[in-house]
Amino acid sequence: METFESGVFILSSGIRLAIPLLCACLAGLWSERSGIVDIGLEGKMLGAAFAAAAAATYTGSAWAGFAAGVLISVLISLIHGYSAIDQRGNQIVSGTAINMTAVGLTALLGNAWFGQGGRTPALKGAERFNPIELPFVATLDQVPFIGSIYHHLISGYESITYMAFACVPLTWWVLYKTRFGLRLRAVGENPAAVDTAGISVRALRYQAVIICGVLGGLSGVYLSVAQAAGFIPGMSAGKGFIALAALVFAKWRPWPALWTCLLFGFLDALAIRMQGVKVPGIGEIPVQAIQALPYLLTVILLAGFIGSAIPPKASGTPYVKER
Amino acid sequence: MSVPVALPKWADVALIPFLNISLAFIVSGLVVLAIGENPITATRLMISGSLGSLNGLGYTLYYATSFIFTGLAVAVAFKAGLFNIGGEGQAYFAGLGVALVGLNLGFLPSFIMIPLCCLAAVLFGAAWAAIPAYLQAKRGSHIVITTIMFNSLASALMGYLLVNVLRKTGSMDPATQMFNPASYIPRLSEILNYLGVQMAETPVNLSLFLALFTAWLVWVLIWRTRLGYEIRTVGANPHAAVYGGISPARITILTMLLSGALTGGLAINALMGDAHRVQLEFTAGFGFVGIAVALMGRAHPLGIVLASILFGMLYQGGAELAFDQPKITRDMILVIQGLVVLFGGALEGLFRAPLARFLARFSARDGAKNSATSKGSA
Repeated sequence: METFESGVFILSSGIRLAIPLLCACLAGLWSERSGIVDIGLEGKMLGAAFAAAAAATYTGSAWAGFAAGVLISVLISLIHGYSAIDQRGNQIVSGTAINMTAVGLTALLGNAWFGQGGRTPALKGAERFNPIELPFVATLDQVPFIGSIYHHLISGYESITYMAFACVPLTWWVLYKTRFGLRLRAVGENPAAVDTAGISVRALRYQAVIICGVLGGLSGVYLSVAQAAGFIPGMSAGKGFIALAALVFAKWRPWPALWTCLLFGFLDALAIRMQGVKVPGIGEIPVQAIQALPYLLTVILLAGFIGSAIPPKASGTPYVKER
Repeated sequence: MSVPVALPKWADVALIPFLNISLAFIVSGLVVLAIGENPITATRLMISGSLGSLNGLGYTLYYATSFIFTGLAVAVAFKAGLFNIGGEGQAYFAGLGVALVGLNLGFLPSFIMIPLCCLAAVLFGAAWAAIPAYLQAKRGSHIVITTIMFNSLASALMGYLLVNVLRKTGSMDPATQMFNPASYIPRLSEILNYLGVQMAETPVNLSLFLALFTAWLVWVLIWRTRLGYEIRTVGANPHAAVYGGISPARITILTMLLSGALTGGLAINALMGDAHRVQLEFTAGFGFVGIAVALMGRAHPLGIVLASILFGMLYQGGAELAFDQPKITRDMILVIQGLVVLFGGALEGLFRAPLARFLARFSARDGAKNSATSKGSA
């Protein structure tokens, strides 16, 4: 029973750690499926996390923080979109610029506004998203195993967590079952064909970039207003890049993105749990080894040892109409 | 619109970059205004802090040395059409090479030890670029993704080694012990003091000249050798390169190895010239500065040297500024850096079309006048 309980505990903390990855990964999926490579996920996450925490501090409302975070992330996305779509700039360079500016600007403004070395004041009560208890927790608690699973693994997350999970089927449905989704996928593979059909490549890509901004904002809001109680400089800590790895690992598809992010989240939870623990026969597993696994797995995938990861064909290349 | 906007060469080489970088600095100034400080005072403090004293100048040039190396690394890859975003990880791993030689071969004299350490840095830097290079060339996986992954992998590996293997016994600090003094690259202050010129101790060291020499070498390589020609050809058009008998895969691998090797210069400057031991994350994001420097210097060695000095001023002046005006923390440097990359790189074409239109109107009027005068004389 005790191993079972601790297993449930690791799984639930893995889910918590997977949420920011999942949102950012889906954000990247929307953008890259439309042909815009986005390595600025990290910057969006950080910008949104800061805006959300700052707005929640000033207004005292977690939802105001949510709105501010998403708004800032969409703005960042639009800058990237303008550079990539209208200016036909290099998308990698633009993403790099966003990451750098976000790291610097959030810490700079945080320090100037709150004077706590870049942190925002700790959020309390309604200023942040608090865990929700689903109905029947108390009743089901009597049932062995299932009660514990329901209580700790299914119930007890913040509303953003459930929102993030809902985004997976939603993304899948829109991308694969609607006309908009079909066009969006087409624009990432063969924009000229979409253009020939009389559909605006530019408008489609801007729409994708805005959706990417909303989802990227969600991951940042989760970081600072749900998972933690406030903003800390550099709190995204490379999660945007893990999300990018997850996106490649999932081969740019929504359901695999969910499984990959959960896997990476569990690995992260396991790494925290394994600190200082001696495994019989192996000894202490270095934390860094588990932390490096997502990247290692992605590189192995890219090397072509486990299937192949082929990005959308037109991703990264600006569309030039009259050629 | 689909044709690249044609501009006279002087506008392309000087005016456009100048306008872009100016915009980056204007926006940075607005950020300073927004947090309630005076951007002009801030600029003055930055300039006096970085150039106003021998001490400041020493630090400026020390930073510039590192940036020249990482900037060249990014630029060389650019020339082959590759985006090496992994300079940070490659330089970090290069530090391991320096440490292995610097810690273990203490019996060697300086004149063998220093080149050997440099060689180790260069080889380890190249080694960390080798797998992404191979995957790009042979497996078609994108170099940007793999080098990002390898940055994180380097961080994890070096973290593990510094905490568990290389850490000085009995110390809590995740860093190696001091290298053998035979591996120290002499500082300019030491040399000047020896010659009787008084200079306060600053970390700028002889690797500055190594950096300048390397910049010249890179120029020779890219524009004066067969390999350089092949690199530029692959960068311009890999399909055409194949028709020319050039193997893009081979050039991709060679260029990435070269790029990784160049990042080793950061380890040489920072470790052999200054810290004399490997600390956690000693690269401090300087690998990424290389991207900004390469973009600003338009991937030309001379431009890179100039941009590196400017970024050296930013880093040194920014530190002084943070000291004088605590509200403007060192994070401001990253903001400026990011904006330079944004306006100088991603939005590089922002002024291109308006400027072309402006110049066209100008020359059209000139042309009309000329034809009028010629008619008059006829």
